[in-house]
Amino acid sequence: MEAAGNPFADPGLPPHEHRQQDIDERAARRSERTIALLFTVSMLATVAFIASYVAFPVDRIIYVFPLGHISALNFSLGLTLGIALFTIGAGAVHWARTLMSDVEVADERHPIEAAPEVKAKVLEDFAAGAAESGFGRRKLARNTLFGALTLVPLAGLVLLRDLGPLPQDKLRHTKWGKGKRLMNYNTMLALRPEDIAVGSLTFAMPEGMKESDHDFQTQIAKAALMLVRLQPENIKDKRELDWSHDGIVAFSKICTHVGCPINLYEQQTHHVLCPCHQSTFDLSDGGRVIFGPAGHALPQLRIGVNKDGYLEAKGDFAEPVGPAFWERG
Amino acid sequence: MKKLSARRRHPLAALVVLLFALAVTGGLYAAFSPSEAKADDSSAQSLAIEEGKKLYAVGCASCHGTGGQGTTDGPSLVGVGSAAVDFQVSTGRMPAQQPGAQVPKKKNIYSNAQIEQLSAYIASLGPGPVTPTKEQFDPAGGNVAEGGELFRTNCAQCHNFVGKGGALTNGKYAPSLEGVSPKHLYEAMQTGPQNMPSFPDTVMPEEKKKDIIAYLDTVNSDKTETPGGMEIGGLGPVSEGLFGWVFGMGAMIVLTIWVAARTAKAKKS
Amino acid sequence: MSTATETQRGRKAPAGERVADWADGRLGVYSLAKANMRKIFPDHWSFMLGEVALYSFIIIILTGVYLTLFFHPSMEEVVYHGPYVPMQGVRMSEAFASTLDISFEVRGGLLIRQIHHWAALIFLAAMLVHMMRVFFTGAFRKPREINWLFGFLLFFLGMLTGFTGYSLPDDLLSGTGLRFIEGVFLSIPVVGTYISMFVFGGEFPGMDLIPRLYPVHVLLLPGIMLGLLVAHLILVFYHKHTQYPGPGKTEKNVVGMPLLPVYMAKAGGFFFLVFGVIAILSAVATINPIWAIGPYRPDQVSTGAQPDWYMGFAEGLVRVMPGWEINAWGHTLVLGVFIPIVLFPLVLFAIGVYPFIESWITGDKREHHILDRPRNAPTRTAFGVAWLTAYLVMLVGGGNDLWATSFHLSINSITWFVRIGFFAGPVLAFIVTKRICLGLQRRDKDKVLHGRETGIIKRLPHGEFIEVHQPLSQEDLHKLTQHEQPEPYEVGPAEDENGVRRKIKGSQKLRAKLSKGYYGEDNVIPKPTAEEYKEITSGHGHH
Repeated sequence: MEAAGNPFADPGLPPHEHRQQDIDERAARRSERTIALLFTVSMLATVAFIASYVAFPVDRIIYVFPLGHISALNFSLGLTLGIALFTIGAGAVHWARTLMSDVEVADERHPIEAAPEVKAKVLEDFAAGAAESGFGRRKLARNTLFGALTLVPLAGLVLLRDLGPLPQDKLRHTKWGKGKRLMNYNTMLALRPEDIAVGSLTFAMPEGMKESDHDFQTQIAKAALMLVRLQPENIKDKRELDWSHDGIVAFSKICTHVGCPINLYEQQTHHVLCPCHQSTFDLSDGGRVIFGPAGHALPQLRIGVNKDGYLEAKGDFAEPVGPAFWERG
Repeated sequence: MKKLSARRRHPLAALVVLLFALAVTGGLYAAFSPSEAKADDSSAQSLAIEEGKKLYAVGCASCHGTGGQGTTDGPSLVGVGSAAVDFQVSTGRMPAQQPGAQVPKKKNIYSNAQIEQLSAYIASLGPGPVTPTKEQFDPAGGNVAEGGELFRTNCAQCHNFVGKGGALTNGKYAPSLEGVSPKHLYEAMQTGPQNMPSFPDTVMPEEKKKDIIAYLDTVNSDKTETPGGMEIGGLGPVSEGLFGWVFGMGAMIVLTIWVAARTAKAKKS
Repeated sequence: MSTATETQRGRKAPAGERVADWADGRLGVYSLAKANMRKIFPDHWSFMLGEVALYSFIIIILTGVYLTLFFHPSMEEVVYHGPYVPMQGVRMSEAFASTLDISFEVRGGLLIRQIHHWAALIFLAAMLVHMMRVFFTGAFRKPREINWLFGFLLFFLGMLTGFTGYSLPDDLLSGTGLRFIEGVFLSIPVVGTYISMFVFGGEFPGMDLIPRLYPVHVLLLPGIMLGLLVAHLILVFYHKHTQYPGPGKTEKNVVGMPLLPVYMAKAGGFFFLVFGVIAILSAVATINPIWAIGPYRPDQVSTGAQPDWYMGFAEGLVRVMPGWEINAWGHTLVLGVFIPIVLFPLVLFAIGVYPFIESWITGDKREHHILDRPRNAPTRTAFGVAWLTAYLVMLVGGGNDLWATSFHLSINSITWFVRIGFFAGPVLAFIVTKRICLGLQRRDKDKVLHGRETGIIKRLPHGEFIEVHQPLSQEDLHKLTQHEQPEPYEVGPAEDENGVRRKIKGSQKLRAKLSKGYYGEDNVIPKPTAEEYKEITSGHGHH
């Protein structure tokens, strides 16, 4: 009715056109042969998969250009499995596209919303059910039920308490302490001031820690230390100078942002960069933050030399190492 | 790059390096008595120093000062030792095109003999790290696993877990260690070129350096095994994500188009 | 019942039918099949993107079950003595050691690991692309808002599941990620340290985290996702699929091919295609070579420490945030970490709740089954592009160190670029996209009124050159004009007919303003009317 006057009216579904395969049996046969070929390739690939599983030892390395020196087993298993799967898919899709009917069909839609009489019936049923339950009338029963349901999840919550210990002052202490010697990471030998050259970078852990300790990971996560040597006249921060020994300064290796080991030390600028989020600290200026998301300076460890000539800590870090937290203050 | 490293790893190349290293260091290696060595070939040595001084005056003095004392454009070379000279000059970093925080490596313009002479001259300015010998830096015999631990503790923070390099502040970077010769690796650790900190023998003993070189030789060389297939840069999740999007998701989209497309219609007669 | 009697009457039904009869008597499969067996699905490549996600999810579950057979989720330390030389004698957790075993000792274990990981990357990528298709075509409108939410939750949970899975091998890279998570917990005001202690079972890293993450990764999160996925698919069936506008397609029908056989063959076949591609990818390209990365130690790190791509957006937020920290009254507010971590879900939820915001603004309460062409909804399209821009800028921020080394830039400049780009980029993208959309609308209008440019130049008798325009077919005319152009929502006059001032709520004013942003004169090119068309086509010649 409208269509007559409307140049933009919907012309309706276009008429179906035949494919070559619909009208020419030879073309259809060709498609069928292609499909069968694909499925056959899949079968062969599965056989090849099993054969490579048996044939290649797990540690055989072969050179395949341009992939490099790769595992023969991984390569052959992956390739054969991939081909076996892919050709099944390709065959099925080719079948659907060339041999199955491609006539487009229109299906009717029905509104999701229920008819008014259905809705009325549901509301009526609900009202009847609600009235019969007395949920609105028996307020005492209802309210105590609410109370009980609110309280009962607390049981589950309480059970979570033993997931871990309370924080207490755990984050404030490390294994460092007065008189603990600085042990070289690389050799596990105690360090002397003369070992540390200007421009070098050395990592140290407190005397008495062993990799095989049960809590080694937890302790090193706080105690890791880096040592650099500056010319004393290059140290800008007064406290840093006081806490150093002959230009050797010891800073926590744990970033104050979120705790990555921070040790991309540039020996000419005396900056250290964190590889995780690029916080940058100036080791010649009290470990001050000069770039990035860290919120406070790197903690410095006060060091000196004991009577045997070894570097030692003069105490624990004066402040918590690593990321900031609410109670840090 | 690959070709260069391949040539460097040629068995003969190692021999050349060995001979050259022996010639440069002569008897200077710590195992020998320095005084003895000096006595042995002091005249050859002083000749080399003379030649080195001339080369220095032409190529280096404008930045490092006429006596190697340093200027505003370049640091003092007193006490940097022959190892530093060998590293900087034979990787082409020195002479630099312009002074700056990061001097990239480029083609080396000096002959081995000239580098030897330059090294001798700089070494004469003050004692410093000595060019290593093959037995110091040869990866053979190093403990690969120990080297890996040391590498992850001391090096990976800048150079990435298999030495692919990484960014530093303000455009500076830690270069990739792909194709860097064992000798240069050793010298870099010893001398700390540019912004790299040094790892002297007092904190990183000789055999530990060898372990690190052995580790790199295993995980970042032409013969490195990557069992899972192509390494995709060895840079971690960023390159994997990019690869997954381009090739994985790309292939998926091509497939969706093929699956959903209609088959060609027969031509109307 | 009738089928059963027929069988008794002598004719022996085929075996398949008898099985179906048996099932029907217990499950009612015939009624189910009647409604669904020949259900119509429209054919379009963009409708198959969700299937890529679905199939990669199935692949992840299959390979994941295999991996659980060999993986030991334990942080007990062992010394490695397996075949991989560069790790021999190195201390590592059992989790890491068993991942090495899967890679080097279990035949095919490496392949399954790589398929699992590649499929995870593609799963997340496919979900994002699918979500964007749904967004830009307006397929989220009534009655599909809830299904959009299900899909959005799947995307969000997919990120969490991916992150927990990435953490399980306890390698240097993923351990660094967990250290970051510790920092995130610690940054939460008041309860942060308690949450951290409870999650890690004490101080970081402790011995409990991997064993705790394991059930979350293999049971809890995938379980929830499986439930959401089933609900998502049921709703797709229930609502019937949307379709692009075109001849014969209306709000009251769905045009396409029946589930049996065409769609079943295509969709079933597509599963194998997806699986095949991922298997081949895993044969040729390494992913997450944990043996090269090394076991986790809290005092070691590698440059280029990044999460998988789908967390890159969060990583970017954390990297470019300034280091704000407030110390007062003996307490520390760690805004430098806390703000980005709050922003991360907020930015995602902005797109998650979008359908409800749009339906409130437009006041449109009707069902929509014909998709919008993105140009015909310029404000929505512009919002989507702006959101994507913010997402991409942060993704760049998350990889700032690698951008710096690859393109010889300074990390510091990239960080500043991202800081500014996060705010300026979306605004710019919004404006540009909207203009492009309006331009395309204008072009559609020209096409309808003046026909398609043929590229043929004709010289008229009096010497003028003109390009020959070919009128559009009826199909194209319909397609370019079928969309609606509603009027914007009006608050109405400030005084009612009796001259009494009406109370106008602030929300109404806001809604009217926003509605103008969708349908106001500046935001829409009026589509050609039948009269315009007739006037131009009949009065040929005088331009």
